[in-house]
Amino acid sequence: MKIDSPDKLNAWKEECLQKDAKLKKKVMVCFGPGCLAAGCREIYAKFEEILAERKLGDITLESFKKTGCHGLCEKGPLVVIEPEGIFYNRVRTSQVKDIVEKTLAKGEIIERLLYKNPKTKERVLKYHDIDFYKKQTRLALRNLGHIDPDNIEDYVMRDGYQSVAKVLTGMTPEEVIDEVKLSGIRGRGGGGFPAGRKWATCRGVESDVRYVICNGDEGDPGAFMDRSIMEGDPHSVLEGMIVASYAVGARDAYIYVREEYPLAVQHLYQAIDDAKEHGFLGENIMGTDFSLDIHISRGGGAFVCGESSALMKSVAGEVGEPRAKYIHSVVKGLWDKPTVLNNVETFANIPLIMNKGGDWFRSIGTEKSTGTKAFSLVGKVENTGLIEVPMGTTLREIIYDIGGGIKDGRKFKAVQTGGPSGGCLPEDKLDLPVDFDTLTKAGSMMGSGGMIVMDDHTCMVDVAKYFLKFLVDESCGKDVPCREGLYQLHKMVVKVTEGKASEADLQLMEHLSKYIIMGSLCGLGKSGPNPFLSTVRYFRDEYLAHIIDKKCPGGVCRDLIRFEINDKCTGCTACIAPCPVDAITGEKDKIHILDQEKCTKCGACYAVCQFDAIDII
Amino acid sequence: MKPEIDVAELKEIISHSPQKPSSLIAVLQDIQRKFHYLPPEAIKETSSALGVPLSQVYSVATFYSAFSLEPRGKHTCRICMGTACHIKGAPMALEQAEDQLGIKAGQTTPDLRFTLEVVNCVGACAMAPVVIIDEKYYGNVRVDKMKRYLDGVRDED
Ligand SMILES: Cc1cc2nc3c(=O)[nH]c(=O)nc-3n(C[C@H](O)[C@H](O)[C@H](O)COP(=O)(O)O)c2cc1C
Ligand code: SF4
Ligand code: FES
Repeated sequence: MKIDSPDKLNAWKEECLQKDAKLKKKVMVCFGPGCLAAGCREIYAKFEEILAERKLGDITLESFKKTGCHGLCEKGPLVVIEPEGIFYNRVRTSQVKDIVEKTLAKGEIIERLLYKNPKTKERVLKYHDIDFYKKQTRLALRNLGHIDPDNIEDYVMRDGYQSVAKVLTGMTPEEVIDEVKLSGIRGRGGGGFPAGRKWATCRGVESDVRYVICNGDEGDPGAFMDRSIMEGDPHSVLEGMIVASYAVGARDAYIYVREEYPLAVQHLYQAIDDAKEHGFLGENIMGTDFSLDIHISRGGGAFVCGESSALMKSVAGEVGEPRAKYIHSVVKGLWDKPTVLNNVETFANIPLIMNKGGDWFRSIGTEKSTGTKAFSLVGKVENTGLIEVPMGTTLREIIYDIGGGIKDGRKFKAVQTGGPSGGCLPEDKLDLPVDFDTLTKAGSMMGSGGMIVMDDHTCMVDVAKYFLKFLVDESCGKDVPCREGLYQLHKMVVKVTEGKASEADLQLMEHLSKYIIMGSLCGLGKSGPNPFLSTVRYFRDEYLAHIIDKKCPGGVCRDLIRFEINDKCTGCTACIAPCPVDAITGEKDKIHILDQEKCTKCGACYAVCQFDAIDII
Repeated sequence: MKPEIDVAELKEIISHSPQKPSSLIAVLQDIQRKFHYLPPEAIKETSSALGVPLSQVYSVATFYSAFSLEPRGKHTCRICMGTACHIKGAPMALEQAEDQLGIKAGQTTPDLRFTLEVVNCVGACAMAPVVIIDEKYYGNVRVDKMKRYLDGVRDED
């Protein structure tokens, strides 16, 4: 069925709503990345198996939906039962039968599957009463967890493709661009460039062909927002791209997806097929003379290909090496044609802006950073997960109110944002509002949305080493400051972690960083020293501890630590077998002995000891 | 110990994409998916079919980490080295895996049994550190458990 007018779309939406209303109950099984890893496929299969044998009145297999990420990955696998919004967490296959027999058949709540508030120890019945969700505003993530991403009807029911109808039949491209400009939305991929201005420039360039590209490369090694959107709500990305293509006058658009995201690719293909079938893509969309095809281009696993000019080379089948910035890709991009490149989350916001207006969008967030931002909140926090908050929310609110504070009651040390180009902020920066400009000023950056919380067991020098190693591996090697500079900087940081550096080295490193920033061609090199610079700025003590005292306060750097057994040892023998080098000897009920000569400091004993009897010194 | 490559099959895979230079990455991806590596024949065939110089095919094949020029093991052990996993002890797990298998990350055991890889964030940070063997996820991995996981896979063979 082709939808070629707004009326038809509304009629279809009505139909979908009615069909949905017939489902007395809906069981949403989370298929987000975290829950997939935690085994949600088995949970779903079990539901199918039970339903095949047992009739449940109105509830049929249609009532079971595989949804995108619900957010609270920490507690997966998650099962949410609508319309009540009953939130079951850490569901095991053995408990599926109970859910069917008790909750679905009789409406009984299973207490032990409910989320437990870690502070009050009370069980929470409903989704939206959980602290984790209360402070969030979900715009880009609006449909995640509520729809089956492979079902276009689910999307249409929740106002899907309304913006396409509105824009194509009632607005000129210029009006669309003005609305996007009015909204003030800035790119969510890290740079924070105003999307409206980018679109306007592209449209203004004289050319017969223009392209729109969606950046789904998500190279930040601690982030999964874009992946969750592409997997859990692919139509929202397509819809945003259709609007953008109409605004700039593109006939073909591309989504560049990371090699490691096969499920995202699969859902996007399905979404493109369905959108085509219903006339949202292809020839004469909405009965107008606007036509568009969206193609998928799979990345080859190179971080630098997230950079705009490298990405465009990669789409064209070449080696992804960036080029100098004075040629702008909005003017000369893919195949040298004017090209708009935006991030997945940026596109996912566009339909909302079109439907509700730029004024509405800018009423959320701060003056210069409008709207919301999605983050993957991970590391040493209680509630690891996918979140979205209005810009301007403080780091403290995110980490403590939403994230539930530091895991195991430990002490906060730093929060890292911005991925390998970003930096680490200490405790006294926790009250900073999260927006593009504030984080940059503080020496970190917003980035695409990875937010990693670190506790006192983390070594900041080790963190700098980690990111630098990542960048050394990922530098495309085109220019010397980045290729050789980062390599040397990494080597020097390694020297610090080995306790072999001097204070003069630290100065040399700061000096070198300056030149890497000045001389590198693309953003990778230009922001490459950031992980070092921000840690040395806020955690200089820790560098000095390594250099002068030859100690690693975080207990991480192997050359500077020693494992010792203290008198809390009960002689339980639990650590003897795990030690790969047989460095621990002892008998039951007697304090064990650790042979420092043999110890490789792998940490196996520390991990298994239940009595805190292993000290890291 | 290189597996035999059926050139006809190779040609068939290449023919699925438009025969032009811009298909290069897509074609190599298809070949990689089928054979789990890019045999020398693949580089040659792709070069002549798409009209791309051999050197350029080789350059693309070595630039992107998705491609491997060496045959890969029957099993793949992937260790997440994303930031969340790193600060929760992934380096120790990697070291254990390297010791257990006697190879470094990115290598394959000589008997073509295991390939050891590192990956970045797989979206399961809640269970960090994460190790994935074939399709199975292992969360909250403790160093001492690596041996058991790998032995488990060996036993199944
Ligand atoms: C080394 C490097 C890696 C990047 N990786 C990504 C990425 O993974 N995803 C992304 O959306 N943008 C990434 N960017 C930013 C893009 O170049 C570009 O600015 C962005 O996709 C534009 O979209 P936006 O304006 O909607 O944010 C990267 C930039 C650099 C320099
Ligand atoms: S800065 Fe680094 S990654 Fe960017 S173009 Fe230069 S060498 Fe390549
Ligand atoms: S960092 Fe390992 S799963 Fe995210």
